[in-house]
Amino acid sequence: MTALSQTPSSERAAGNEAPGALAEAARRAEVRKNLLLTTPALIVLFCAASGPLLIMLVYSFLKAGNYGGVEWSISSDGWANVLLHRDIFDDTLSIADAHLTIFWRSVKLSIMTTLVALILGFPTAYFIATRPAESRNLWLFLITVPFWTNLLIRTFAIMEVIRNQGLINTALMAMGMIEEPLQILFTDVAIMLGMTYVYLPLMVLPIYASMEKFDFRLVEAGYDLYATRYRVLRRIILPLVKPGIVAGSILVFIPSLGAYVTPRILGGGKNMMLGNLISLQFGQGRNWPLGAALSLTLLAVVMAALLVYVRSIGKSESGRD
Amino acid sequence: MVRALDQVSVVIRKNEFFTLLGPSGCGKTTLLRLIAGFEQPSEGDILLDGSPIGHLPPYQRPVNTVFQSYALFPHMTVAQNIGFGLEMLGKPKAEVEETVAAMLKLVRMEELSDRRTDQISGGQQQRVALARALAPRPKVLLLDEPLSALDYKLRKDMQIELKRLQHETGITFIFVTHDQEEALTMSDRVAVMSRGKILQVGSPRQIYDHPAERFIADFIGDTNFLAAEVVSAEGRRAVLRLSSGREVAADLPEGMTVNGKVTAAIRPEHASLSAEGGDLQGTVENIVYFGTDTHYHLRLADGVAFVVRHQNLRDSAEAFRAEQPVGIVLKTDAVQVLRD
Repeated sequence: MTALSQTPSSERAAGNEAPGALAEAARRAEVRKNLLLTTPALIVLFCAASGPLLIMLVYSFLKAGNYGGVEWSISSDGWANVLLHRDIFDDTLSIADAHLTIFWRSVKLSIMTTLVALILGFPTAYFIATRPAESRNLWLFLITVPFWTNLLIRTFAIMEVIRNQGLINTALMAMGMIEEPLQILFTDVAIMLGMTYVYLPLMVLPIYASMEKFDFRLVEAGYDLYATRYRVLRRIILPLVKPGIVAGSILVFIPSLGAYVTPRILGGGKNMMLGNLISLQFGQGRNWPLGAALSLTLLAVVMAALLVYVRSIGKSESGRD
Repeated sequence: MVRALDQVSVVIRKNEFFTLLGPSGCGKTTLLRLIAGFEQPSEGDILLDGSPIGHLPPYQRPVNTVFQSYALFPHMTVAQNIGFGLEMLGKPKAEVEETVAAMLKLVRMEELSDRRTDQISGGQQQRVALARALAPRPKVLLLDEPLSALDYKLRKDMQIELKRLQHETGITFIFVTHDQEEALTMSDRVAVMSRGKILQVGSPRQIYDHPAERFIADFIGDTNFLAAEVVSAEGRRAVLRLSSGREVAADLPEGMTVNGKVTAAIRPEHASLSAEGGDLQGTVENIVYFGTDTHYHLRLADGVAFVVRHQNLRDSAEAFRAEQPVGIVLKTDAVQVLRD
């Protein structure tokens, strides 16, 4: 790829019939100029992304301070504590069950959130994309309205809907479908519902962007060639809007995995997710190295998940061809 | 209620190359979409081999369409596109492959079967679209202005190609176009449409030589329109008195009774110039040379414009000059009476 893209410029240099050394000098000047131009971006990138990560990496290998912070001596306790638990009385090591439970819950809830958001988001995007062009912007506007409200307030609103004396339970009891209120609040289901609600627009928008480019005449061509509605969806629409589905899933999955506010409020504190566990280490836990190690673990899990996802997508595509 | 189509009733025969011809917005595409099943008729029905299909979904009709935009599936190869219909019909894999191979051969695209559809030219996409629609062996093939996106040379080739495919497959083709030349050269029969109605159905020759209405005479080919007076009429024949006072025989459209003033149509090539007088008198105003023929733009004695077309032969008789007074001789059966 790189070799290919370089060919034209070297050809151009040769075509100019400039002496080789001169052309080379001009090329270097060009590179220097480009480097200079990208410097601001590189600085921002370092300060905002690489720098903090580097600090975390360093902290994860230091000793925890007694009252938070770190002591400047190297220790592997931070990383060991991610998976192992040292008993405070007899110093025996055991697997940190609590951490594993939280890891598993985070991954499970994030996958479920992504799936539910996809199931709700895809038809929504399809609906908007099939509206007349003038009214599409209105629908998109409505999708983005929740962004105007603070996340905390939206989460409390969800709480109001699902709590024992809330909207759902009151309605179900009034209809006589249940005797006692359903315990939804402070469960995993509540966390998942909350995250789905919060992240749904992140699923709808990329799918809509793909769907908007989709040529709906292909649907007619599919019907014409004896494909039923389901098969048109499966064989024509889905493969062509897949980039949007992939993007939407990634955009929902990643923040779900690191979610903090939603599990904190709707999970009631006992159903922790990774974000809460990490925050705990920097707060009451006073174990910054462990917090840093957990953060990097979360990063690794996200990367691994992305890699698996992208691989599987690529495979199914090449399998079809 | 807006009627896209009104009282359209037409019988299309088996193995026929049938063309719906009309200006844009005349309802020809709507009629095609009704037959394909993308639209449902609000009244009436469509019969295929005697059974009603007007309210079946498109995937249950043995009818396939070649779309104006081709609508090839961009995520599939040429071969996968062609095999799609058969696959959806649940044909066994071996049969699908066999038919796809045969179709690729039919449209001469064997070498490109593994290409993606965005890697082939417009003309090739056209062939793939044809092969894809023909592969399930539909009873009727619908073609929605399939040649409009091609350049002139390619269009000529595809016209011949389409005729060949229709002949080889024996499938009924219903072809939609606004191009009168396409309609005349390719069709067994043509239906001329305007404002949601079918004005006339007939062979290209009937449509061209005996247009029933002024709209058709005007839309297809060039025509001279003359006011004339009916002297006598019987059946489909009439005798007209032209502005020059000459009486000529004329054809009447089916079922038209005439008296008084009518409009007569005369094709430019159905008249010739003569230095020794003729049915009409005029003066040459303009001479336009086209290579194969020459157009003489004349002004008649009563001020009406008239065009005569002479074929340019090696031994063509004397040429005429501008400003020259000439006589116009109408050939036998040249005059057609029009409904207004």
